[in-house]
Formats: sequence, C-alpha cells, structure tokens
Amino acid sequence: MSKIKELEDFATQVRRDILRQVHKVNSGHPGGSLGCTEFFTALYQGGIMEHKPEFNMDGKDEDLFFLSNGHISPVFYSVLARSGYFPVEELNTFRLIDSRLQGHPTTHEGLPGIRVASGSLGQGMSVALGAAQAKKLNKDKHLVYTLHGDGELQEGQNWEAIMYAAGNKVDNLIATVDLNGQQIDGSTETVLPMGNIKAKFEAFGWEVMEIEDGNDMQQVLDGLKQAKSLTGKGKPVCVLMTTVMGNGVDFMMHTHAWHGKAPNDEQLEKALEQNPETLGDY
Amino acid sequence: MKTYTDTGKKDTRSGFGAGLTELGRTNPNVVALCADLVGSLKMQDFIDEHPDRFFQVGIAEANMMGMAAGLTIGGKIPFAGTFANFATGRVYDQIRQSIAYSGKNVKICASHSGVTLGEDGATHQILEDIGLMKMLPGMTVINTCDYNQTKAATLAIAEHDGPVYLRFGRPKVANFTAEDQKFEIGKAVRLYEGEDVTIIATGHLVWEAIQAAQKLSEKGISADVINIHTIKPLDEKAIINSVKKTGCVVTAEEHNFLGGLGESVARTLAENHPAPQEFVATQDTFGESGTPEQLMDKYGLNAEAIIKAVEKALKRK
Repeated sequence: MSKIKELEDFATQVRRDILRQVHKVNSGHPGGSLGCTEFFTALYQGGIMEHKPEFNMDGKDEDLFFLSNGHISPVFYSVLARSGYFPVEELNTFRLIDSRLQGHPTTHEGLPGIRVASGSLGQGMSVALGAAQAKKLNKDKHLVYTLHGDGELQEGQNWEAIMYAAGNKVDNLIATVDLNGQQIDGSTETVLPMGNIKAKFEAFGWEVMEIEDGNDMQQVLDGLKQAKSLTGKGKPVCVLMTTVMGNGVDFMMHTHAWHGKAPNDEQLEKALEQNPETLGDY
Repeated sequence: MKTYTDTGKKDTRSGFGAGLTELGRTNPNVVALCADLVGSLKMQDFIDEHPDRFFQVGIAEANMMGMAAGLTIGGKIPFAGTFANFATGRVYDQIRQSIAYSGKNVKICASHSGVTLGEDGATHQILEDIGLMKMLPGMTVINTCDYNQTKAATLAIAEHDGPVYLRFGRPKVANFTAEDQKFEIGKAVRLYEGEDVTIIATGHLVWEAIQAAQKLSEKGISADVINIHTIKPLDEKAIINSVKKTGCVVTAEEHNFLGGLGESVARTLAENHPAPQEFVATQDTFGESGTPEQLMDKYGLNAEAIIKAVEKALKRK
C-alpha cells in the first residue's frame, strides 16, 4: 500500500472518530475538525513532526505542536490517541464528566500530548513563540508548529504575536492558518472581512506559502515539507491552507452550519457510510 | 516596644530589580520579559548581564503573557514584568487560560500597583488586582512591603513551582525589614505582640501599621501586628490565633476593600472565629492624580486611618 493511501485510510478513521465523539455527547465541533483531518494526519503520521513516543511536557529535542483554535479538539484527540499518546478507547469519554478529554484541550487533567489549554481564541501563537524562543535558548534545533482558524485571526493578540515573530526572527515556527472561510455566525466575509491575509502576513515580514487544497493528502504533505525547508532563514513561516469545513461528509460541507453541531442518529449513520472503517472503531 | 528602623527610603520595584539580577547570576533557567517598561521595572542590570535571556515584547502584554507560558515548556522560569494594571486587568484571560489553567510556572511581576503610582492617575492605578489574581485557582498572590522584602520574595518565587503574582510599587518608602530575611511564601510575619487588637497589613500599609501601633501604645492600646505578604495562600492559622487573643481586627491594604486582603481575612474569621473587623482600604472607588502621600491621605490609607479604624473596632468588641 502506498504511503498516501495509508495516510488517507488513517484520515478516514479519524473522521469516524470525530463524528462518533460528537454524536455520543450531542455537542462539540465537527465542521472544523473534519476540515483539518489531513493536516493533523500529515503532521503526526506523515513524518512531518519529529515527536517522541512518550509525552514530556518540556518537549526538549522534539518538534512541538500547539492547537490555537481549541474547539476542533475531536480531531486532535483522535490523532493523538491513534499516535499512541493515550488509549484510543478513551475517545469514548469525550466531554463526559471526569474525563481527560475536555470540551476544549487542557493540560489540567493531564492528557498526554496537550501542552497548553486552548479554546479562548487567539492565544496559541504567543505560547508557541515562547516555546520557540526556549528552543533557541536550549540550542534545540527542533521546530514549533501551530494551527489557527481563519476567523480566529480576528483576535488582536494574534497580530501582537505576528509582529513579534517577524521582528525577532523567530524562524523555528511554522504557523498554519486553516482557511475555511467560515465562523459561527456565517462566512468570514460576512462576519468580519479580513482582507488579504497573505498580504497582511507578508507585510508583517513573514515567509508565506499556500496549500491550495488542504484536504488533499499529497498537497498537505508536500506543503508542510516545503514549509520545513523555509525555516531557519530568519523569518517565521506561515502556511495558508484552504480547506472545506465538514470535509468528507457531503451534507456537512461548504457551510458553517456544522461548526458546533453534532449529527443525530440518522445523520451519523449516513456520515459513517461515507467514511468506512479502516483501522477499527474504538 | 520593639523599634523598626527605616534604613533609608527605597522603592520596592528596585528590590525586584535587585532580586532579578541575583537570580540571573544564580539560576540559569530564569528568563525575563518586559512590555516596554524596563526602566520602571528596574530590569536593566539583568538585561546587561544576560541579553539572551531577556525578551522585549513591546507594548503587547497579551503576547507577553502567552510567551511566558510557552517559555516554561522549555524548562524556563519566566519573570514577566509590567505595571500592575497591564499585568492583570488588561490580560486577565491570557493569564487565566495560558498560565493559571495550564498550570504554567510563570512569575507575573507587577509594579506601580495602587494609588501610590501617583500623578499618572486612575488609568494606571489598579486597586482591583489582588482580587482578580486571588480568584484564579492555583495562583499565589504576594504583596511586599519594602525593598528588602521584595528582593527576598523575588528570590523565593523562583524556587516555587507554579504561577505567582508578585505585587509591588513605585514610590520610595521606608526600608525596615531585615536584609538577610528568609522569605517563606504563605507565612505571616509578626511585627508586634499585643492583646487588644489585631492589625493585619500588606504592602505599603505595613510601615503605616507599625507607626499606628507605636502611637496606639502611647494611648495604652496594645496591638498585635501582622505583616501578611502572601494573600494567597493565606496564613489562616496566624490570623485566627491572633484574633482569638485580641477579639477584633483591622486589615490595611492599598486596594479596594472588595476583593482584597480584608475580604480574605473576613472569610477566614467568618468560618473559624467571627470577630469585629474594620477595613482600611479604598472604598470601591477609582484613584486620581496626586502625590503618593496626598493620595494615601485622601483615600484613608495611612497610620492615622489605621488608628481610627482600631478605635472603631475596639468599640465593637
């Protein structure tokens, strides 16, 4: 089996995990999670991130990842579990009382793989900058990755961080923005138009590259590899990755309706039919 | 009666700067961040000796708090410094999510707290910060009284694993605590043994409490005076034992009476040993421009105000 096919199968299983997690508790955020499935799969399974099998909070001598838009926790949890950080069966506890899998990711319950709480938007890049600067102080050549929603860029703290990163040549950072064009109240264009995001990052002094189809595994892999090759050259790297919210489930695609809504029994069945089991359900 | 000698007026922020400089030499994991207030926070010596361990973030406090959280992930002990107003109210959610809830070992170092910031006025004089910080689960809250204590506290919090809010100030005030003191987080310091009333003070009000106790002694009133430098975790035992003996209490702080030291003491006593309490604090108001002395006088934050409060508390016994 080709590597790409293997990763696509992994992603299909992750989609099932996302759908089953949110369906069980009738809450959570499937739309953005489905859209970023290829990205998480490529990062953790596609050889992009160098990460140790066991989790250490200090993350020395390995690449780090920070999820800034914490509401897409279902995809994060699924990929972390299937990458060996914690038992896959624990996905059964998503959003339940006494669970380590809180609605939004947290270090507070000690879930391996999570390095900072996120959910209140706009904070992840700052945390990543601190971690990236610590790596430089520690003479650790590994990289720091982040993921942000496009709507999330409306939070002002991002632009403080974006300005700092370029001004201080934090070139061991790869910040990916999920351009799905949707947010809770509608499309980003109708809620608050952000203009030319690429031009904005470039104007701040970032190296910017694009992944045209963030739901095409080959493109995501190639794009992230290219991003890695751009690090260490005096500029932070931004990857603008266009995705389709709800990707992989036809009735969830191209709409913000499934940003924070779970499928009912019938919808789940239909969605799972479109994503047949590959690695085995939990 | 024991005398406390002012060895020469100094600002508490310089005590922070001196402590940070010492930490720079003794603890290689200590790093510092500042949001365009290096001179005010007295951080220049640290920067000169360790330029690579200092992060100037510009006028961007939210980013500073997030970066501080991230630096801990690489094993660093970040000291993030700015004015108390910008170190708390402006960045409450960043502190809440990225530092407190995430359990990060960040030291938030807040200068120019309270009305004694002076002429800049109410936009910069935060009187709500103790309340904001003490409500965060896991946050240690410290308000130091003089140069020596601030330096000792700065050294001590580097050894403590967990988020800390260290509050100090701008003006030059009496420096009277021991230079070689050992600072124990969460441990009250008894300044006078007395029988009639307990005075519990924090920050700049501690020196005022000493002055008040001496004047009260001349009137035949003996005060048990406690310097509470750690508001959270509070040394409840010291407070309860003192008030069991004296039967009434006055709390004194440069902070709103809502949410400050006084309320923490009141809760402790309500649960364990209810007693009459008077609050020397600002009365749910903003500050204004003026000299520190004028403001302490106008807002009832000095020895005179403590004496009046003691007289009221004694009548309620």
